[in-house]
Amino acid sequence: MSTVILLAITGVGLGAIYFLVACGLSLIYGLMGVLNFAHGVFLAFGAFLGFEIANAMGATTWAGFAVSLLVGALAGAVFAALTERILVQRLYNRHIEQVLVTVGLALAAVALFDGIWGTDPRFPSAPAWLNETTNIAGANVPNDRFVAILAAVAVLVAIVLFLKKTRYGMIIRAGVENRSMVTALGIDVRTAFTLVFTIGGAAAGLGGVLASHYFGYVSPLLGQTLLIFAFIVTVIGGLGSLLGAAIASVLVALLQQFANFYLSGTGDFAVVILLAVVLLTRPSGLMGRKA
Amino acid sequence: MTTMNTRGTDETSAEKSVEKKVDEMRTAARPPLDTAPAGDLRSRALGLIVPLGLVVLMACLPLLNLSLPGVLPGATYTPGTLHMLALAMVMAGAALSYHLLFGVAGLLSFGHALYFAIGAYGLGIVMEHLELGLVPAALLIVVAAVVLSTLLGAISLQVTGIPFAMVTLAFAQAGFVLVRKDPGRLTGGEEGLRLPTDYVPDWLVGVADTRNLYWLALAGLVLAFVVVTWVQRSRAGHVAEAVRENELRVQVLGMRPFLVKLAIFVAASVIAAAMGMVHLLLNSGAVPHITSAEFTISLLLMVVLGGVGSRWGALVGAFVYVILSQRLAVLAQLPAIENLPAVLRIPLSEPMFILGTIFVLVVMFLPGGLAGLGLRVRALFSRRSAADLDEQARTPEALVQEDDQQR
Repeated sequence: MSTVILLAITGVGLGAIYFLVACGLSLIYGLMGVLNFAHGVFLAFGAFLGFEIANAMGATTWAGFAVSLLVGALAGAVFAALTERILVQRLYNRHIEQVLVTVGLALAAVALFDGIWGTDPRFPSAPAWLNETTNIAGANVPNDRFVAILAAVAVLVAIVLFLKKTRYGMIIRAGVENRSMVTALGIDVRTAFTLVFTIGGAAAGLGGVLASHYFGYVSPLLGQTLLIFAFIVTVIGGLGSLLGAAIASVLVALLQQFANFYLSGTGDFAVVILLAVVLLTRPSGLMGRKA
Repeated sequence: MTTMNTRGTDETSAEKSVEKKVDEMRTAARPPLDTAPAGDLRSRALGLIVPLGLVVLMACLPLLNLSLPGVLPGATYTPGTLHMLALAMVMAGAALSYHLLFGVAGLLSFGHALYFAIGAYGLGIVMEHLELGLVPAALLIVVAAVVLSTLLGAISLQVTGIPFAMVTLAFAQAGFVLVRKDPGRLTGGEEGLRLPTDYVPDWLVGVADTRNLYWLALAGLVLAFVVVTWVQRSRAGHVAEAVRENELRVQVLGMRPFLVKLAIFVAASVIAAAMGMVHLLLNSGAVPHITSAEFTISLLLMVVLGGVGSRWGALVGAFVYVILSQRLAVLAQLPAIENLPAVLRIPLSEPMFILGTIFVLVVMFLPGGLAGLGLRVRALFSRRSAADLDEQARTPEALVQEDDQQR
């Protein structure tokens, strides 16, 4: 029983990190039709800057940890906003080219991180409490899982509130629903595009810092590994659906954890099979609109 | 009797007039006869002579002593140079197969590396564990590639566009995980697979035989080029191009886009598998990298660099990519760059950074890639190619877009 609880909570923690990456991807795809291959580098950039600032401020203090989360999110947001403004916006409505540009950016950025921080993984330190475990019904659950889950829930709530309660949120929701209509009403959707990228980048940067604690290392390729699962999550959840992304991240991560434990390390296959099944039965994903 | 007879002749004459009308309509529908057959003949002859000449030149390189300082690591007969050129040719073949997918059928796949890896790993595993010779093993792998690509292609093609890209990515990722996990000690995990040399003819093993491998790679590339050209010019190729531009319209015309796309997918996968087999022989082994998404992305990079939709572009893109990625690493060790301040040194010593940046610039400012650049340069010199360029600029896709904007 304790194993099941440990696997479940760890799975939800992993799902939280998937969600932090996937929510941005899903929003960006929903609004702009762009598959953002550079999302993994937003994450890696956030993780690296968070790592550096935490070391500078004292990685074992809570202040250092909090600032590293903040800096990670900011770094991701700035990087994403610049990407959108400088590269993606110029290729307005040319989806394939937009994808290609983000692919090129990802290649260049990963190589640059290699040059700056080296290809070997770095190991972040954290406040002592994060490395300890909490006993829940007999299972010793590492504490960083709870932080990841809390952060993801906070991000989900914040994004939902933003989308429902603010004017820009409304424009983004309307844009996901029917972009040409929003444009036709004389609303400049380009600001919304930049905003979506910024939000996605911030979530990814935050996810990067949390992922570096969850996996215990930072490396230039950290983002690329997570990105592939985030893609799968967005497809299963339904492209453009935030709630779908949330459900699918937890589902995918749980499946992965349990299959890894009980079916001798076949977690990644189980996820791919789930993807194939979902595509064959519901091509638009769990919560996606019918195509 | 007579009335019947006259009616009979009436019928035949009516039939004749109908036939005549059909003939007239056919003539009207026929494309206008070429007004300059001589020029056409000349360009057709040129279109044959140039590739043949290139093949002969490439085939002779191992026998010549040419050097291109900076581009090639040594004289053309040295194993190092031959290995690099052979690698470029293998990658060019793989890029051609990707061109078939992306350039012809418009299928943006992020999992093409899987089929390349099936060629490379599959051949090694089959030779080692089934104790087959090179040729039967290769045939077996071709069959396996057909079966697997049909199966996975049929699933992936349930969706189109960006979701298709993601699904192919997921399948390739599963392959990547499998290769790295090393089930049953088949793939060698992170270390990679070593070529089982016992089952390979002696003239294909060893550094001294690099020139034989070079010729094998050249033969593979020529074969890939011929097959890709044939597929692209076949009926399936034309329908695939039509599907790329407007799938609904093709469906309305009563054709089945799914089968055509699947056929192109399988053809591209089999070519990639064949090039993967040459890659295994050339590098005396296979490493997990060739299964990764990065490998597919490098193929995509070559195709886009050379110019989407152009076979020669894919070829040139692959050569530029391989030579740059190998030579830029050497360039980074030059003292002139080592002594630069860190701000300049770090980006310049990362080949992938430079390639990635070039790629972004090409996508943003040079939509036709190197092939488009070539056309533009030619247009500067002759008016006829300028007209060609105008024609090229208005691709069906562009026309559809114009149409959409007018509406």
